[in-house]
Amino acid sequence: MTAHGKQTEYQTGGFEPKIMAYVCNWCTYAGADLAGTSRMEYRPNVRIIKLPCTGRIDPLFIIKAFENGADGVLVSGCHPGDCHYTTGNYHARRRWIGFKNLMEFTGIDMRRLHFSWVSASEAIKWVDLINKVTDEIKQLGPFMEYKGLKGK
Amino acid sequence: MPRIGIFVCQCGNNIAATVDTKKVAEEMARLPGVVFACDYKFMCSSPGQDMLKQAIKDNRLDKVIVSACSPHMHEKTFRKASEAAGLNPYQCEITNIREQCSWVHHDKTKAAGTAKSIDLTRMTIERLKKNKPLKKINIPIKKKALVIGGGIAGIQAALDIAEGGREVILVEREPSIGGNMARLSETFPTMDCSQCILTPKMVEVELNEKITLYTYSEIEKVDGYIGNFIVQIRRKAKYVDEERCTGCGECIEKCPFKVESQFEMKLAKRKVIYTPFPQSVPNVPVIDAPNCPKIQKDKCGACAVVCGPKCIDFKMEDRIITEDVGAIIVATGYELMPNERFGEYGYGRIKDVISGMQFERLASSSGPTGGEIRRPSDGKTPASVVFIQCAGSRDEKKGVSYCSKVCCMYTAKHTMLYHHKVHEGQSYVFYMDIRAGGKRYEEFVRRAIEHDNAMYLRGRVSRVYEKDGKVIVQGADTLSGNQVEIEADMVVLATAIVSRTGADTVAQKLGIGYDKYKFYNEYHPKLKPVETVTAGIFLSGACMGPMDIPDSVAQGSAAAAKALSLFSSDEMMREPITAVVNKPTCNACWDCVTACPYSAIERDTVKNRDGVVVRWLAKVNDGVCQGCGVCVAACRSKAIDLKGYTDEQVYAAINAF
Repeated sequence: MTAHGKQTEYQTGGFEPKIMAYVCNWCTYAGADLAGTSRMEYRPNVRIIKLPCTGRIDPLFIIKAFENGADGVLVSGCHPGDCHYTTGNYHARRRWIGFKNLMEFTGIDMRRLHFSWVSASEAIKWVDLINKVTDEIKQLGPFMEYKGLKGK
Repeated sequence: MPRIGIFVCQCGNNIAATVDTKKVAEEMARLPGVVFACDYKFMCSSPGQDMLKQAIKDNRLDKVIVSACSPHMHEKTFRKASEAAGLNPYQCEITNIREQCSWVHHDKTKAAGTAKSIDLTRMTIERLKKNKPLKKINIPIKKKALVIGGGIAGIQAALDIAEGGREVILVEREPSIGGNMARLSETFPTMDCSQCILTPKMVEVELNEKITLYTYSEIEKVDGYIGNFIVQIRRKAKYVDEERCTGCGECIEKCPFKVESQFEMKLAKRKVIYTPFPQSVPNVPVIDAPNCPKIQKDKCGACAVVCGPKCIDFKMEDRIITEDVGAIIVATGYELMPNERFGEYGYGRIKDVISGMQFERLASSSGPTGGEIRRPSDGKTPASVVFIQCAGSRDEKKGVSYCSKVCCMYTAKHTMLYHHKVHEGQSYVFYMDIRAGGKRYEEFVRRAIEHDNAMYLRGRVSRVYEKDGKVIVQGADTLSGNQVEIEADMVVLATAIVSRTGADTVAQKLGIGYDKYKFYNEYHPKLKPVETVTAGIFLSGACMGPMDIPDSVAQGSAAAAKALSLFSSDEMMREPITAVVNKPTCNACWDCVTACPYSAIERDTVKNRDGVVVRWLAKVNDGVCQGCGVCVAACRSKAIDLKGYTDEQVYAAINAF
């Protein structure tokens, strides 16, 4: 589905995944804002938490999101080399690689976890990303494994 | 228990069309800690802000949320209003339910938008409950500006700042300032000669005591932040002592070696020791080291022999100098798309297919032909010239998707110049659309068509080839519906304007954003057209996208005004988003020190009363910390946290997901 695709599934009453997105303030948050300013349309399943930089993201944020009922998690920041804080996204990327392996080892379907670069001018990329991730997770169904962990 | 107030904005119909704002407010009112909730047509309006202030007072609110547009839009507005009502401004948070909700979910039943707005506001409430009052940080301002790029935009910015009484450093990569404008013959729509209006400004730069000019120099490294940038500038070796050189030009005269002139767009040659053009500022030649036999192989040295003041030094090396500035203006300008990309138009194969900028040089009285229009292959005056518009522009497949903005105008100008210089000549213009939006622009194009005999053909060119010394242009005239074939003597391509090679590297050094074409991003396309997301760094001219001279000059002045207003006070308030170390739990592993991109974390000690160091711990320098939070995620013992984005706040939001 493209940026201008018509959204119809939402009303059908099927499974609607909840997706958490951790984005940086300077690139992806602004890119998501631009999608709005340009009146593009995407799936309403995503909830954004703004952080100054992807480098601020603690892997625990992701696990906590799953515990709290997220069916998928998305991390997105500035493209490599374009970080507002020079190197923050490199830290995020390195941390991500290690964390991803760990999550894979624990048996999480990697289609539930996405890492992406979306710049402040890439509204279309953001829209396509959200639609793609939502549709993929919709097919995977709800993620139950971590939900029981909350509060323990 | 906190006393939280929720204000849901309808933004006219912008939010209310797809979000039931009343329902959002009602739902929120049920949450613990929320003592006031309402929705309102325009929260940012003056009555809206007054209502916010009144509600804070009437309900003794200590924390407020405005669910409205992006915080990038009105966070400041509402924090200011909250402050006016006696709150700490950081007890006010924004939920983005416009750009990231109502505008992107077009569901008219409002179900999706309302559900999402409720979720987002709830997350903000939980986050806000953990907010602590913060105090802005005072930082001093160095009242000196750096301008990168000495084209017309940079020159204008530098002159305006200097006139405002502040010092300016102007850095230019080439041996002379002037930029692309120095290459132009005449300028639309007034037809005044480019050099005649530019060179006085260049001289003004040189004479102005407030301006320090570093030509043949590039930005090496940029550290620091608004008011306190530390910039390293590489002063490339000119091999000529600038202080002593008198600009007599003897060395250029005597130099026996010639290479292609970049300034003349390869239409002429220049010496290996050279100034780009006769009116160069400063009028000091440089030696093109890779092409100089003396420097490469220790042969020749004629220039040094004839130099009266003995200012040529073949052993000169690049120098790095450091300057402290408070603001930076980026005016790095543009380039043209390499013509080699247009094989179908015969460029590179056919000598008489040239670019618009090459035509400028042919038409310029200081150009290689002294202003006579002569074609490159045999020097003959062309009896007919075909101008092809949109060579690379508005062509996503072969070139770029945007319009280069100035080509319609300069092509009209070219046809006029051609007609003025070759009275019998016939010009043809193949165009897609004529874009002549601007003061007196449309009239200018009409003049080219009606008075200067330009034949405009609406359509694309399919093929250009050479036959018996002529350049044959085949194309379509979509208005008459005919295929046309023109036997021309010369073809001029209006090649697309693209960003400077290396524009991305410069942006990365500065920490500013750029788009997929490597044009720099302004903070807001309408309301902050010369600001960047990095405070203290401003933009002007064609480094942001294709731009004509009047716009570039206006932006140069705009950026200068921004810098001057920054310099109007001795210090400024900065957002207090900085990292802070929890002393008892820091175990001095120094992971944060390694991770910090700004070297803002120091190794501090705790001493006992005898002055003996008993333990080490990390300490954040508030002035240097930029608040990225990389250290927080790197800390193993969770001893460091980021004010405004503390772990507590983030987890509270996640838990409310």
